[in-house]
Amino acid sequence: MTTFSLIILLAPLVGAVVIGLTFRALPTKLHGYLGTLAIFVSFAAAIGAFLDLQDRGAEERQVVVEVWDLARTAGVDAQFALLLDPLSIFMALVVSGVSALIHLYSVSYMAGDRGYSRFFAYLNFFVFSMLLLVLAANFFLLIVGWAFVGAASYLLISFWYRRRTATAAGIKAFVINVVGDVGLVLGTYFVFKHLGTLDFLRGFALVEEEFSRNEADLVAGCLLILVGAFAKSAQVPLHTWLPDAMEGPTPVSALIHAATMVTAGVYLIARLHPLFEQAPIAADVGAIIGCATLLIAATIGLVVTDLKRVIAYSTMSQIGYMVMAVCSAAYVGGLFHLMTHAFFKALLFMAAGSVIAAMAGEQNLDRMGGFKRAMPFTFGCMVVGGLALSGIPPFSGFFSKDEIIALVAAREDWHVVLAILGLVGAFMTAVYTWRMIFRAFYGDPVEPARELEHGHLYHAPKHTNPATGEEEDTDVGFPGPEHHIAEREWSMKGAMAVLAVLATVGGIVQIPHVTHMLHDFLEPTFHDSRYYETLEPSDALTYGGMLAGAVLGLAGIAVAYRFWVRDPERPAAIRARLAGLHGFFVRKWYFDELIDTLIVRPFAWFGRFGRNVFERVVVNGVFVGGTSGAVRAGSAAVRAAQSGFLRYYAALLLLGITALGLYFLISAS
Amino acid sequence: MSIEWYLVVSALVFCIGLGGILTRRNPLVILLCLELMLNAANLALVAFARAHGNQEGQIFALIVMVVAACEVAVGLGLIVAIYRRRLPIDVDELRELQG
Repeated sequence: MTTFSLIILLAPLVGAVVIGLTFRALPTKLHGYLGTLAIFVSFAAAIGAFLDLQDRGAEERQVVVEVWDLARTAGVDAQFALLLDPLSIFMALVVSGVSALIHLYSVSYMAGDRGYSRFFAYLNFFVFSMLLLVLAANFFLLIVGWAFVGAASYLLISFWYRRRTATAAGIKAFVINVVGDVGLVLGTYFVFKHLGTLDFLRGFALVEEEFSRNEADLVAGCLLILVGAFAKSAQVPLHTWLPDAMEGPTPVSALIHAATMVTAGVYLIARLHPLFEQAPIAADVGAIIGCATLLIAATIGLVVTDLKRVIAYSTMSQIGYMVMAVCSAAYVGGLFHLMTHAFFKALLFMAAGSVIAAMAGEQNLDRMGGFKRAMPFTFGCMVVGGLALSGIPPFSGFFSKDEIIALVAAREDWHVVLAILGLVGAFMTAVYTWRMIFRAFYGDPVEPARELEHGHLYHAPKHTNPATGEEEDTDVGFPGPEHHIAEREWSMKGAMAVLAVLATVGGIVQIPHVTHMLHDFLEPTFHDSRYYETLEPSDALTYGGMLAGAVLGLAGIAVAYRFWVRDPERPAAIRARLAGLHGFFVRKWYFDELIDTLIVRPFAWFGRFGRNVFERVVVNGVFVGGTSGAVRAGSAAVRAAQSGFLRYYAALLLLGITALGLYFLISAS
Repeated sequence: MSIEWYLVVSALVFCIGLGGILTRRNPLVILLCLELMLNAANLALVAFARAHGNQEGQIFALIVMVVAACEVAVGLGLIVAIYRRRLPIDVDELRELQG
């Protein structure tokens, strides 16, 4: 087990270091394969760990591998220890598996970019950080991994570092993630203060003794941990970085901002379930915010015209489902959806990347159309991903989303409202997903699509930033001159095909009343949960939810079909009628403006105040000026005594000796 | 003869030397005045030695003479060097050493 866990972690790290150090020595193309190989090794080791775990008895499926002690003093037990239990193995499998496919995709997609080696070094480093996060056996290592993925995310969002919008987006993501990091660290402190240990398993065993139900300190700690989870998982109101993060290359969006990093918050809540079950107030807050996020993001997704941002808002919305689920103790539902979402969302991003490459970097849906015939493979993948996302049976998303809704509804009381809102969200999900697909693939073929049908890949007359239209070149720091589409590259095609199959059949692990693989597999992690075994939706709820989900999904597709294929004039008419609401959604519910007014501007004002008043008057004037003034005045006085007149010195000497003599005479008498 | 008279003479000579140092500008005269001050101190030392009836004061006076000889050697050397460089023989003019 030790060997497997270390290989899982070290393979990506070694990959990152080797690629980083040999970027001149080895041919560039090799780095892509090296990076991909490292992740495949890691994935294989994860499978090994999985099989090893399955060989053990149910009670022994929580293995802690203590590699070494980092610090063990005065009550702090920071160890480099890895926890291998079903939950972490599950996450490791999803992360390394999807990462491996996305690396494979990137081998072609990023070919021709001048930063090819750097890209793979960053990407491997990200996978290492993410695996460190999910395998951590204590808060300490978790926070390290947590910060590392934030840094990797920053590096990859700003990958095209000469693009102004990309660097701005990277900074935004990093700042918001640091807000979350601070929340996580402070929350950890609250918990650590009472439990006296950073270790997960030792701490969880003490939770019920040390904390009474809803104890203030625990609720505060859990809420702060939720701040960390929300910042990482892009939940309202810390979500504004995720749509901007789409400035990064598309494989980055697929890997970090859809499949893995943004689900870290969900993992965190599931991992810390004993704390949240002891602090139901915090869990309820989380569930409500998750539900709010899924609705807010879905409404924005309905109006956004940027292809990648539609999927980004969809990601936010789907993570809202997961957060709602894990905060309502529907752990299997949340984690199941995490897995299927990783499959179909990565697939959707890959297909979107293929379309964007065919459009020569253009991302605006308004300028797309008619790619159906030009790119049949991409279209097929997009349809599979879209069906899975909309929750159409028998695709994977259908089972996972309905598992969430049924389990949340089974919590009864007000959780039922959350489940109903979840169904509303499911309808909107179908509408915005298929709006995107219909707009990109149906209608009259645009010029790039026509060229592609004739066998040529469209090249834009000049390279521009798709967001602002600024002119760019293709040197390092900007996207490369070549672009590659799934139809022509085996590695892109292969990665997408595997994900398409997984997105289609991924649901079989947890079909109500048929299979309970995931439930049984995760059981050892959640054996101390008070809901895990008892929370069981009734048959009416299960089948009713499935029926409602399927019907709403199909209805959403039908609405999208009617609006964007049959009657393309309709959306404009509706938009004109609901101009206010449309504007509200297009401006993303004014969250950016709100944060700008409430936080950014006051801080900027405070900074200016500090610079102009405090710095200038107090620091420069009083401290620096006062000190130097005193020294200058003192030295001027001393300098004046140094006249160079010998007789003057002699007189001073005389005066001094006389004064000394007088002093002794007076003190002696 | 009581010791007071010796001390009065010593103090007078010392003050004459001091006054010379404070008022005169010629280094040669200043050296002379320094000698006066040192010898005033010698006079007091010898007087005290006699009053106490032991030899320590006399030994001190001898040591002071040695020091005075050294000082004169250095001081005269400096004056000769100044003269050779045709610098003014005036301590107020020679004040570049103030740093």
